[in-house]
Parts: sequence; C-alpha cells; structure tokens
Amino acid sequence: MGKIWRISGPVIIAEDMRGSQVYEVVEIGEERLNGEIIGLEQDKAVIQVYEDTVGLTVGEKVTGTGEILMAELGPGLVGNIYDGVQRSLVTMKDEVGDFLHRGVRTYALDREKKWHFIPAMKAGAQVEGGDVIGTVQETGLIEHRIMVPPGMSGVIDAIEEGDYTVEESIALLKSNGKTWPLTLMQRWPARKPRPYKRRFDPQDLLVTGTRVIDYLFPLALGGKAAIPGGFGTGKTVNLQQMVRWSQTQLNIYVGCGERGNEMADVLQSFKELKDPATGRYLQEKEIFIANTSNMPVVAREISIFIGITMAEYYRDMGYDILLVADSTSRWAEAMREIGARLEETPGEEGFPTYLGSRLSAFYERSGRVECLGSPGRIGSATVIGAVSPPGADFSEPVTQSTLRIVDALYSLDVALANRRHFPTINWLQSYSHYADSVNAWWEKVSPDYTEVRNQALITLQKEAELEEIVRLVGPEALPENDKLLLLIARMIREDFLMQSAYHPVDTYSNPKRSHLMLSTIMKFSDFARGLAEEGMMVSEISASRIKQRISRMKDVPDDEIDQYVDSIRQDMAGGAASLEEGGV
Amino acid sequence: MDSMQLFTRQTKAISTARRSLLIIESIPGIRYNEIVDVELGTGEIRSGQVIEVGKNTTVVQVFGGVSEVDLLNSKVRYKGETLKLPVSPDILGRIFDGSGKPIDGGPPIISQKYQDINGVPANPASRMPPAEFIETGISAIDGLNVLVRGQKLPIFSGSGLPHNKIAAQIIRQASLKGKSEDFAIVFGAIGVSYDDAAHFISNLEETGALSRAVGFINTASSPVIERLSTPRLALTAAEYLAWEMNMHVLVILTDITNYADALRELAAMRGEIPSRRGYPGYMYTDLASLYERAGRISGREGSVTIIPILTMPDDDITHPIPDLTGYITEGQIVLSRPLDRKRIYPPIDVFLSLSRMMKEGIGEGKTREDHNNVFMQSYAMYAEGNYLREITTVIGSEALTDRDKVYLNAADRFEREFIAQDENSRRTVEETLSIAWDIFSMLPEEDLKLINEAYIKKYLPEPSRSE
Ligand SMILES: Nc1ncnc2c1ncn2[C@@H]1O[C@H](COP(=O)(O)OP(=O)(O)OP(=O)(O)O)[C@@H](O)[C@H]1O
Ligand SMILES: [Mg+2]
Repeated sequence: MGKIWRISGPVIIAEDMRGSQVYEVVEIGEERLNGEIIGLEQDKAVIQVYEDTVGLTVGEKVTGTGEILMAELGPGLVGNIYDGVQRSLVTMKDEVGDFLHRGVRTYALDREKKWHFIPAMKAGAQVEGGDVIGTVQETGLIEHRIMVPPGMSGVIDAIEEGDYTVEESIALLKSNGKTWPLTLMQRWPARKPRPYKRRFDPQDLLVTGTRVIDYLFPLALGGKAAIPGGFGTGKTVNLQQMVRWSQTQLNIYVGCGERGNEMADVLQSFKELKDPATGRYLQEKEIFIANTSNMPVVAREISIFIGITMAEYYRDMGYDILLVADSTSRWAEAMREIGARLEETPGEEGFPTYLGSRLSAFYERSGRVECLGSPGRIGSATVIGAVSPPGADFSEPVTQSTLRIVDALYSLDVALANRRHFPTINWLQSYSHYADSVNAWWEKVSPDYTEVRNQALITLQKEAELEEIVRLVGPEALPENDKLLLLIARMIREDFLMQSAYHPVDTYSNPKRSHLMLSTIMKFSDFARGLAEEGMMVSEISASRIKQRISRMKDVPDDEIDQYVDSIRQDMAGGAASLEEGGV
Repeated sequence: MDSMQLFTRQTKAISTARRSLLIIESIPGIRYNEIVDVELGTGEIRSGQVIEVGKNTTVVQVFGGVSEVDLLNSKVRYKGETLKLPVSPDILGRIFDGSGKPIDGGPPIISQKYQDINGVPANPASRMPPAEFIETGISAIDGLNVLVRGQKLPIFSGSGLPHNKIAAQIIRQASLKGKSEDFAIVFGAIGVSYDDAAHFISNLEETGALSRAVGFINTASSPVIERLSTPRLALTAAEYLAWEMNMHVLVILTDITNYADALRELAAMRGEIPSRRGYPGYMYTDLASLYERAGRISGREGSVTIIPILTMPDDDITHPIPDLTGYITEGQIVLSRPLDRKRIYPPIDVFLSLSRMMKEGIGEGKTREDHNNVFMQSYAMYAEGNYLREITTVIGSEALTDRDKVYLNAADRFEREFIAQDENSRRTVEETLSIAWDIFSMLPEEDLKLINEAYIKKYLPEPSRSE
C-alpha cells in the first residue's frame, strides 16, 4: 500500500508503490477515489485520478487493485447509461441520489438480475475463443450471443438452460486437466483491441437516413468518419440522428465532455421513439456513455475506449454497430491537461505529441471483420467522431490529426447554420472515400444512382462558381440558362439537402425515398431545360405548380411518396401543356 | 462565514517567494485547492490558494502577488478545508462580496449548513430536459430565441452595448407564461465597475425584486482571485434555493470576460503553458464547471436557469471567451452593433442568435400552436430582406422587382416593430406573434410557405386576405 506524495490537479504521485504495474487501477484516500497508474519510477507511481482531487492531502493511502482497467461485457449493457469509467449512472441514481459524489462504486452489470440462458451446444463439444455457446434475449431487439472469451479453448463440460446472474457459472470448460467456469459476463482491457479472424474492406452502405450523407457522401459499414464544426453547427443533432435511425443492430452514444441537458434529452427521446425497421423502442438497441463537461476530466480519456470495447464485443457476435463520439476534441483536451500536469514537452497548441497516435488507436478499432469462432459471423463497428475546433478553424491540431485518419468527412459550415440550412454539411468540402465501394450497393436499389448523384454534384459546383458573379451584377443580369441552373441548384439544396431533424416525416429518409426525391429534381431539370429552349422564362418555370409540388415532397409520408412522385413525372411527360393545365 | 475565521494551523517555513507563488514546507492536513491566509510581516493579510501539495513542499498562489513577502516573518495560515458558503433561507435579500462576506451592513448568515462552492455534478440520468417556456416580454427572445427553465443562455455583447439594460429588463419581467410566480434572482457581478454594481442593486430595489434576490459582488477593484469564487458562490446559492428550497432561480453572471481574464492572469503567474490567446487550455472545462450547474432534476420542483453575460473583445465571436462559451451553453443571444447604431433596442442579431432549447418550449399548450411556423417564416422573410439590402448596396435598388421591394420594406418593419421595443414594454407572447402576423400581411399570401394553411386562415389579419 502506498501513500500520496504529491497532488497536482487530476494527477497525483504516490510513494511506496513498488510492485504496481502501468495502467493498474488504484484506490485513493478515505473516499477510495478511482485512479489509474500511467507511469512508474522507482517506488513512485504517477496516477491519473478519475474523480475530483480537491481536498486530498499528502499521506492519504493509495491501494493497488492488481488489475488494469477492464470493461465488463455481458447482458445488461443495452439500454444502460454509464459514466466514463463504466459505472452505471442508473444504479448510482437509485443508490446515491441525483448528484455524483466522489468515491461511489457500482458495477457496470447488475449482479442480482437473472437472465434466461439457452445453450447452443451440448456437453462434450470442443470449443475455442469466439465460439457461441448459447444465447440470452437481452432486449426485444438484441439476442445476446454468449461467446467463449478470446484465448480460451477446451471441452464444454456442464452446460444447462436456466436463469443465471452474470456471475454464475453457465457451463464448465475443461482444458489441460483444469476446469474453468464460463459466465454470461466477460471482462476485457479497455485499451486493447479485441481480436478477429480477418478484416474486409467496407462496401455496404450504412443507411443513416440523412440524405446528404447516404446519397452524396455515403458511409460504409465498418467505416470511420469525422464531423467537425464550430459551435451550434449541428454536430450533436447529426450524431443523434444517426444513432436514432441508422440501420444497424446496435448503437453506442458516447457523450464525452458535452452537455448534461443534451444527454437528458437524448435519453428521454430514446424512451419514446421507435425504430423504423422493427417498430420497437430505440432504447432497446442503444448503449449510452455520459461523461459530461462538468464530470471529471480524466474519465473522458478512457470513456472512448470503454465505448469502442463494447462496440467490438457486439461486433464479435456478428452485429453491425455504430459508435458516435461527441466530442473527440474534449477527449483530446483531457489528454492535453494531463500531459501538462506531467510536464511533458507539448506538441502543437499544447496537445501531447501522441495526439495523433491516440486518435488512431481509437478510429482504427472500427472495421468490418470476420469474427473469431463458430458459427462463422461477419460483424462491423462503424465510428463517427465529432470534432469541435476552436473558432471553427479547421487548421487546428485535433481536426488536422483526425483528417489524416478518417475516410469520410462531414464538414459543418457556420455560414449554413446562420442561414438555418440544416444539416449544415458543406457539399463542396465534404467527401467520402467509400463512395466508390458502396456504388454497387446503391445501384441495386436504383440503377441510375451514379448518374443522378454526379449530375447533382456538378450542378452544385457550378452554382458556387456563378454565385461570385451574382454578387457583382445581381441575379437578374444573368442569361436564362444560368438562371435555370441556379433554380435547379436551389431546388437541390432546399428540397433535397435540407432535412429537418424535427420534421415528423422527413427526419428519416430511406434510400429509396432519397433517390426518388433527387431523381425527380434532376428530371425536372431536363424538363425545364426543354421548356426554356422553347422560350419559356425561368421565372415562369419557377412559379409553376409542378415545381411547388416538388418542394412538398418532404411532407409526403413513405407510403404515398411513390404515387406522389409518379403523378409529378407523368405531368412532366406531358410537356409544356401540362404546365398550363395544372395552372401556374 | 464566522466558523471560517477560526484558523487552526500555521507555518512560517516559507522557502521561496517568486512571481505570485510561495513554496512552503509541507504541513500536515493542508488540502489541495484550499484557500489560505498569508500574513505579511507588516500585519497585512492576503489570501492565497493551494495549487500543488507535495510531501515536502506545497505551492501557494498569493492573490495580490508576493511583493513585501519576506521569508522570515510571513506566515501561512490554513484550515484544512476548501471554500464553503453557509446557506439558509436568510440569504434572500442579501448582498455579499466575492469571498462570501456580507457587504450590505447586515448580520452574517448563521447556518449549520456549509456548501462547497465547487458544487457536485448532477447525474445525467437524473436530469430532466428543460421544456418550460419563460416569458421575458422581449419579442426577439420570446418569439425567436425562446428561453426555458433550466437552460443556460448567454448574452454575447460588445463594449458599450446595452447588455445590462437587457438583463435588467429580463429580471424585471421574466415569468412563466400565465403564472404570476416570480423567479428568485441570483446575481453574480464579476470585476464590474462599482457604478454598474450599484446600478443593478438599486434596480432590484426599485422593482421590489431585492427581497427575492441574492447578490455576490466583486468589483473591478476587489481581489482578482475572487473573480473566480464569485460565480461559484452565486451558483452555490442558486443550487441551494433550487434543489433544497424548490425555487425557480434565474442566475445572471456578468461579466464572464472579466472572469476569463482573471483565469488567464492567474494561470500566467503560475507559468502554465497557455493555449489560444494566452487563455489556459482547461478554460473550456473551467467554464463548463460554471455553466453546467444549470438544469432541472427530475422529481424536484426547482430549476436553475443561467444567463451569463460577456463582452466580446473586438466584437469577435471567434475569440476564445465567446467561442468556448458557445460550445457549452444552449445557444446564445448576440447583440449587434449595427442595430444599436440604428437605435434599435434591444439590438439582438437574429441570425447569430439561437436558442437550442426553443423547440421544447413552444407550441400548443406552451406558447401557441403557430409559434414555430411564425418563427420560421419571420426568419426567412427577414433573411430575404437582408440579402436584398446587401445586394442593393452593390447594384442599387433600381434592379429590384416590386416583390423585392416588399421584402426590403418588411425587413425594415421587422426591425422597427418586432425586434425594437421599449425597455419598459412587456409583451405577451401572443402580442409578439401578432406583430409578426401583421408584417406577414404585407407579403403575397402564397409566399407564406412555411406556415400551415389553417394558421393562415386563423391568424392572418383580414385586410390583406380579402385583397
Ligand atoms: N438536422 C437538423 N435539423 C434541424 N435543426 C438542426 C439540425 N441540426 C442542427 N440543428 C439546429 O442547430 C442547433 C445546434 O445544433 P447542435 O447542438 O447539434 O450543434 P453542435 O455542433 O453540437 O454544437 P456544440 O459544438 O456547441 O455542441 C440545434 O439546437 C438545432 O436548432
Ligand atoms: Mg454538440
């Protein structure tokens, strides 16, 4: 047992710590605050403390637990809310009340609750790490596959259907003359990636329901993306939308150094909203980590790794998982603060020199993989991180380091936010390296996807060029064909790209709907060009009923959209005559 | 704060005095972050804070600097305890300084209950999303940037802009819609001029709000360290009133820029590595430890709503103080110098302002069914008018169509009739909405695309509809 020797912010140094190991978890002082050893020198240990250190004094005791920081994995994670070091905030609320006092200890998984376990094999079976030995229905949406922990193998001895707590033995594993109990729960060091058989290139679209993402800058299952933007540009709303609507089996929302009210809002809405694919409450497919900005800074750093470990664990069951982290900048700032206390030589803007490698240690744990064990399974973990650049200036270190790692960028634009164009994903600056690989996926849904997408992107690009001229001469001075291009670009922006998270229908746009909307606009573009060639003024075209009906597409529910779009297209097929009949 | 005066231990073993720091021999029981007294050989007493505790040496930062500290006769006295505020219902109607001592001539607060001024974070799982509309009587807020109970909504101002006047108006007028119940007001003045502080207090007195108010005042001439404790004392009082006395509390903190500058000054004296513009790298977290104390807790009656006020250096919204604040608060009310020059009061910039909690606070049963539609249409109309105004400065107004001229006109009226109002006028939300409808009636009806047809029938003033 050691003693506090020095206290400096969230970092303490303890003496008499011989025999400890780096990353070992320790308990500090009377209140048994949680900390982690991050360095050793002779008999001294440098410890980062996961709780507020105010009021500690020299000489208070420091006890090692002999263990490094582990994530608890097993049934009961889904629907739960954790702090950065995986203490259940729901349990804390019941046991210690509404405020987070220091030194409170709770388990991540409930030790009393019984789960019904159904074996998938019989005694005598030969198993190895990753094999599924049975299942537990964790929520209405998640069948929790109980796997042999990686690295273990042997013969299953006793295995029986029944109700078990996470600690009770559900089966015995015999190996080399020894017998090990298997339980519903396993533990895994949070900083260490979980193993898999092999990795694939991401190629299937991750359907997020946000049009500008799915259609223009698609994300693939197992991919990694960043979403940087100044304050109020919509990082949180976008990420919330993605964990709400993404067609994945499970989502993990890591609120890292952000707002308490926002967490409260997301927690409440997930109790009320239903998954579009299954009609069940979203809470049944989400795990939340909430380490808000006023909670201890050091826990931000580990919270991200706890989150990604859980993502990998469910990936290993053969599921598609989406993890979003809001905000990785707060995570980086936590590292900066600890680095400063350690008096390390800082890198750019005071961030530690290992900022880039720590960021990639996180993002690189995304991926689409063939899982260990049998039956054969393919699972994926997709990762999206928000970045909060100071002054919305993307040249700063966290944004720049992140851009070197991710394959898709959703660049949020303050000017669009001020214009209330949401989502503020800037179509000229954003990109996705997955666009080519998910092409095949899209073309199965809509064969003309590539063409429509390219047309739209070109139109938007030309609009940007014309805007300069408009600023100088005014829109009226442009030739008719440029006016038409501006009209179509405006329709793409307003009737397709803009998508309110709060619109009852349009909040989620499935791929087919997205395609119908954009291809109708592009058809209208051809139609209008025809009319313009016949001498019709763009101002007349712009005031037409058909155009107004296109702008109403967003309000049309999914089960009526086919018919709605059909009738627009039929009218366009009628040429100029239809404009007159429909009335301008 | 009387029990606080009883210091238990002291030491004379000061080994180093440099910049603002004293290195003293470690003494048993001295606690990380506690506030200590440094007594000089002359008898003068300064306060200091323990910023690092080691087994052999402890580092104390002396507020007011180490000049005249000598290593032989100076003493450090400490109590083994961090700063606490005595709380009781008697704090209402009282004014304190930035260390928690009464400065209104009244008696000290006697209480068994002392609360750590740093507070304890609320469990996110215990929070309740803020959703109750606060009627401030100011159209630009109630109509377009709704404030709700439990929100933190700052005012981003510039020097010379009327933020204090707006804050005073909010204090006078804020109430829950349809209820006469008043807010308790907690006022934290940080590094403000004596006149400003006095003005605020007399304002509270005149409107009779003082009896339900608590003030913590750190004037520009009081110790810099107390700029850091002033908002924490204020928030501790607010939390006590909200969570234990079930009151709805409105906290005004002004000026956060002075707070941040104090943070920078003290960090620089410690020789810390600065981040942007010299402010410490942990300023985000530090500001969050203040602003995050706003909220609602499920199962508790009260609420803490915070309106921090800051002046943007150079009117620059990307400056670290407004920038980091914006990253923490739930929106911002931004004041505009051009509007102020046009003598529009309150000069609220509609485009840069935003309330992120607005959608929860409005609509049927809360304000009125058409509120969101009116908000969106007003915004679109004003944006279009503004855009046209901009291009006319380049190409002249001859190039405008008749329709464009209507929009230019509407934008002017929007500024003069909707945004502008008297500092004593208190508009109900219905009045606010009907001003907007009145202006909409100038526009061609088919342009009201963002409004549900049923609301157009119901609310659009008649004359224009019959045209
Ligand atoms: N898709 C959307 N649909 C409608 N409104 C949106 C959308 N995205 C953002 N908004 C609006 O923008 C506001 C700010 O968005 P959000 O809170 O996500 O910003 P942020 O980038 O996370 O900011 P911060 O960095 O300060 O946390 C929201 O409160 C909402 O009013
Ligand atoms: Mg956010």
